[in-house]
Amino acid sequence: MKRREFLTVPAKGLGGLLVYSLAGEVTRLQAQDGVVHVPLRFFTEAEARTVQAAAARIFPSDESGPGATEANVIVYIDHQLAGPWGSDKYRYTKGPWVESFPEHGYQGKETPQEIYGDGIKKLGEEFAALPPAKQDERLRAIERTTFFQVLRTHTIEGMFSDPLHGGNAGLIGWQLIGYPGPLMSYRDEIEKYHGMPFEAKPKSLEQVLGRKVQGWEDEK
Amino acid sequence: MKRLKPVDVVIVGGGFTGLLMAKEITARTSHSVVILERGPGRKNGQYSAGMDELDYAVRLRMMQNLSDETLTHRHSAKANAVPVRQYGSSQPGTGTGGAGEHWGALSYRFGPEIFSLGSELREKHPGAKATENVTAQDWGVTYDELESNYWRAEQMLGVSGKAGNLRGQKVEGGNVFEASRQHEYPLPPHKTSYAAALFQKTAHDAGYHPYPLPAATLSQAYRNPDGIARAGCAYCGFCTRFGCMIGAKAQPTNTLLPLLEHKKNFSLRAGAQVRRIMHRDGKAEGVSYTDAATGEEFEQPAGVVILSSWTLNNSRLLLLSKLGEPYDPSTGKGTLGKNLTHQVSANVRFFLDQHLNNFMGAGGLGFGLDDFDGANGFDAAAGMLRGGTMRVQSSGEGPLIGFGRIPPDETKAQWGSEWKKAALKWHDKSTQVSFEGGHFPYRHNYMDLDPTYTDKLGDPLIRLTLDWTDHERAQANMAIRVSSELARRMGGKVGEARGLGPRYSVTYYQSTHVQGGTIMGASPDQSVVNPWSQHWKVPNLWITGGSTFPQSASGNPTLTILAMTYRAADAMIDRYFKHAGALA
Repeated sequence: MKRREFLTVPAKGLGGLLVYSLAGEVTRLQAQDGVVHVPLRFFTEAEARTVQAAAARIFPSDESGPGATEANVIVYIDHQLAGPWGSDKYRYTKGPWVESFPEHGYQGKETPQEIYGDGIKKLGEEFAALPPAKQDERLRAIERTTFFQVLRTHTIEGMFSDPLHGGNAGLIGWQLIGYPGPLMSYRDEIEKYHGMPFEAKPKSLEQVLGRKVQGWEDEK
Repeated sequence: MKRLKPVDVVIVGGGFTGLLMAKEITARTSHSVVILERGPGRKNGQYSAGMDELDYAVRLRMMQNLSDETLTHRHSAKANAVPVRQYGSSQPGTGTGGAGEHWGALSYRFGPEIFSLGSELREKHPGAKATENVTAQDWGVTYDELESNYWRAEQMLGVSGKAGNLRGQKVEGGNVFEASRQHEYPLPPHKTSYAAALFQKTAHDAGYHPYPLPAATLSQAYRNPDGIARAGCAYCGFCTRFGCMIGAKAQPTNTLLPLLEHKKNFSLRAGAQVRRIMHRDGKAEGVSYTDAATGEEFEQPAGVVILSSWTLNNSRLLLLSKLGEPYDPSTGKGTLGKNLTHQVSANVRFFLDQHLNNFMGAGGLGFGLDDFDGANGFDAAAGMLRGGTMRVQSSGEGPLIGFGRIPPDETKAQWGSEWKKAALKWHDKSTQVSFEGGHFPYRHNYMDLDPTYTDKLGDPLIRLTLDWTDHERAQANMAIRVSSELARRMGGKVGEARGLGPRYSVTYYQSTHVQGGTIMGASPDQSVVNPWSQHWKVPNLWITGGSTFPQSASGNPTLTILAMTYRAADAMIDRYFKHAGALA
């Protein structure tokens, strides 16, 4: 068994303390000092730092609002890779393995875990410490790889999936886009909000149901 | 191999049609019925924790696990097929209820000419280039014969909609191109989203005939003739690819299973993977299956075998069981695996200035227009004989699927600050006009067993040989032209248009409406089952589902599948059980 690894993340990312308007403007930000040590399920701390830095360039924290760092996208990715999806438990993995038309989709043998392993090596050990412009340069060089495409998709998923999966900390992603979360009914709203946004304080599935919900990645 | 106690009827597959057959047989006879379902067992009302876009809409938690079993695809009989390793142009379900648990609930009737498309094409377009290699054929049953069964299915599901052709009278606001109906829909149409309302108004102003989509998500509380009461739809948007949290969407587990669960002459075994139909001298003797959890093998003898698994699996099981003559595209001989069709899909995205609240909705919420459907789509210059149906739907779109839609002239960036800013600016401000067209069956599109790839138990996978022709490309191009024009009229900025491309693709979802393989027809040399869904050569073997459709229509097939199943149940119960033998 591998040594337990932890990633140190800013506490504010876990607190749901940032509130953003629908336009993505910060309307209230209560900064908080201190850090939290998140136990890692798949990555080593060094790997997590690299992936975290790359995700932060894909979905940066900037004047248009918070990004992958505040949403804890790295925790989401770590959980997905550690779960059954990360080792291709739901993908057809019998051979022979052959190349085919693009219309037949990804036919590679590598699992998501292996794709990340290779990708992290390509980004280089010092990636997290590079200035943003240099990081972008390295990412542009691998833009067409499967790794980059998966990482980009994962970053969006980590921003906007239910917090039960580890990302979207404090519902920061949903606040950013004005998504209310899994509300049970729009019976009275669907015809009322024609041509205007329905704005509601987002709720997670756990908040809607009043109980914990397990993600697929957590099931044995 | 353990041999079990014989039953009167064994049904392969616990989806919509298997459960409907079981319900009819156990309600009207004392026969013992066992359903063997390969997937997990499901009960009514267990979906409250399922409102999670990641697990259900992205990871497709309710679908068949492709690591256990998938299909292979190639574009022509000359090529080697490769496995579909991840989803997928269609999304087969598994578990009790099957794909009927996570469907979008659109409930169309097929037009009368679909049932006689072979004659229709020969009479209307003799010698047309586009009909070369088309193997469309008549079903041996007409729309008029099926009408009362459509009505039974609509009542069972609780379809919400508005008639456009009531006993031959055109009704404005409904689909005036639909076939004549004897009854108004059981329930009025859904509430309307902004996008759907805009499409309705714009299409109407352009001289078309938009209609509210017929959907089995209840527009209000409803009790069906079986006594099943369900709540009205709440438009939560967790619909297609999800099980309904409140039971407003008709699903096998909430409309049929409750009628069966307490029956003494009924049982359902989940995790039972049927592998062969046992048969001897033109008679089915039962099925053999493997218990998914223990690996233990069983034989279940039965007086009647009903094959009600998903479309492709029906053909696969017959091929694995060496039951019937496999179709050979080079000679045109054989019927098993013949007339494989999918549907022609195309869509045009457009952007508006205001928020659409795309996360609200229901699988079948929206407006459609059939002004270019079927024969209305005939365009000699384009080489197009039949078109398809167009619609704007608000079926519920969460941020994982919806984030990052940007007009093409806004930025080329796919990541980073510039991309993020544009994606935030345009989030929830676009939707699409989508098109579904009927797909002709062709001599060269068929299925057989793959010679190389196997499932987890070692049985060969089903192999699809399937590609588009110029006719389907013409359908898609027409759809893009008309949809783009409508999008502009709606005041939209037109974005990405997706047609068919040079080759059939398994990389993106098109529809789960794969059809054919065990087709119905008027004669045994042209089809696998007779017009009552009974196997031509094995009278105690019956087959239900889209696998019996000789060609696909533009409309979603579930309602027709259910209507045909009612017809099969009547024939079995009223005629076959009284005089076992081939029905004439």
